[in-house]
Amino acid sequence: MLNDVTFGQYYPAKSFVHRLDPRAKILFMIAYFVAVFLAKNFFGLAAVTLFLLFAVFMSRVPFGRVLRSVKMILFLIIFTGILNLLFYSGELTYEPLVQWWIVTISYESIVQTVFLSFRLFLIVMGTSILTLTTTPVALTDGIESLLKPLMYIKVPVHEVALIMSIALRFIPTLIDETNRIVAAQKARGADFETGGLFKRAKAMIPVLFPLIVSALRRADDLGDAMEARCYRGSKGRTKYKKLVLTWRDLLGLLFFAALIAGIVLLNIYFGGKFDILHYFMGG
Amino acid sequence: MEAVRFEHVKYSYREDESEYAVNDVSLSVEEGEFVAILGRNGSGKSTLAKLINALLTPTSGKVSVFGLDTSDEKQTFAIRKSAGMVFQNPDNQAVASIVEDDVAFGPENIGVPREEIGKRIDFALNAVGMQDFRNAMPSRLSGGQKQRIAIAGVIAILPKIMILDESTAMLDPQGRREVMAVVKKLNREQGMTVILITHFMEEALQAERAIVMHRGEVVMDGTPEHIFSHSDALETYNLTLPRAAYICKKLQAAGMPIGEAFTAEELAEEICKSLQKG
Repeated sequence: MLNDVTFGQYYPAKSFVHRLDPRAKILFMIAYFVAVFLAKNFFGLAAVTLFLLFAVFMSRVPFGRVLRSVKMILFLIIFTGILNLLFYSGELTYEPLVQWWIVTISYESIVQTVFLSFRLFLIVMGTSILTLTTTPVALTDGIESLLKPLMYIKVPVHEVALIMSIALRFIPTLIDETNRIVAAQKARGADFETGGLFKRAKAMIPVLFPLIVSALRRADDLGDAMEARCYRGSKGRTKYKKLVLTWRDLLGLLFFAALIAGIVLLNIYFGGKFDILHYFMGG
Repeated sequence: MEAVRFEHVKYSYREDESEYAVNDVSLSVEEGEFVAILGRNGSGKSTLAKLINALLTPTSGKVSVFGLDTSDEKQTFAIRKSAGMVFQNPDNQAVASIVEDDVAFGPENIGVPREEIGKRIDFALNAVGMQDFRNAMPSRLSGGQKQRIAIAGVIAILPKIMILDESTAMLDPQGRREVMAVVKKLNREQGMTVILITHFMEEALQAERAIVMHRGEVVMDGTPEHIFSHSDALETYNLTLPRAAYICKKLQAAGMPIGEAFTAEELAEEICKSLQKG
């Protein structure tokens, strides 16, 4: 039922992107989002696409692997696309193509749909480069380090980060446990494979209860083990692994600065996304 | 020097103290000793273990570790630094997804500087023979290997006492042997005080001293050989002899002229001797 411990989608390799500091990668991701949303026209999005392809190349992750992440939200892209296509309510310069009941399809709504779908696609691709090249543990470390300033306003950053890493650590353990319980229930004649969605969901109840009970017991044990190893919160604690910024992160920063500068220039030079219609339609 | 001292210790999990898990126990363990604590389920042996490093504090009486009173909350941290504990379930002790991060957890908690932590990880993983697994994921290791990592996590704190609370109970024979070999080595080479809680009689034979618990009380205390030569008493506490000792006793009863033996090797030797004579 549940497979091996391939949680998250980390793709192990030793590339430039893999070796970037996780903190830098998280900040770059934000910069990338800014670039995607800053781009006002298709030339901007094309520039982001080129940048994305370059990043995929540098990460040595097969392109198909990155593309696979889009598959999961393909439905969302199509759904929002259709909504945009049929219900775009902005100002129209050209005659609508179809007007029926509350539905309007116009040149503008087509442009809008393509533009937004493209944007969504770029965002998903970019995010998956981050998760493909960074282990969940490194991501947690990075988030902890970035959120550290919040400690001054009494946010328990260390505790939250520890909870996240313990959760990650227990995923394989709980998957094993689930498989064991499922096998035990099957041996007693439980049926997980037939019936409709509702029936199958109901069949999972005898799996979930033992799983929760056992997870609570594990939590109890772990608490004892942590206390026995002198855990007492973040007070007086040191950290073994230190994140260090390298020349790679500096180079990455330059790339992203160039990307955003380029987008701004393209925005000024080519104007908004609908300007492309003038080119096709004349006028 | 005295490592652990129990003075008339009682402990009850119940509010009304209608039943004691540990009932009026007094004992002392010297530094460097290797003590096995035996007893069937519910005899109070695990409670005894948790009383040592202040995971539990006595309902009445006093437990002290190197002179520090476990009931004094200000001492808890110092006590846990000197008395490390390994638990039963190999899956429920690791906090991190990577071995070295997990071993680092204890030293981080007690505020060891970064460079020093690296050295301690080397030292601890070497001590348990897991130096090649520094970057492994605990979830991919065998039970015995996981327990060795848990032991390394304790060693990295550099405690003087190591308490093993049925740490071999969930392991296969191979894993059990691995863990016992590590524990014996720690005791012999580093003078670590070991308190081994177990229901495997064979493991008790490796200790210098064995304590039998029954219904919360210490009922026998002596060398393993001394304890296993009182098989009738053991029977009343629902404990059995180690297999070799049991066979030896049966052979003696059947009229074979052999001396006392507790391990398979000793038994083999005794049988050979008697065959040569005959």
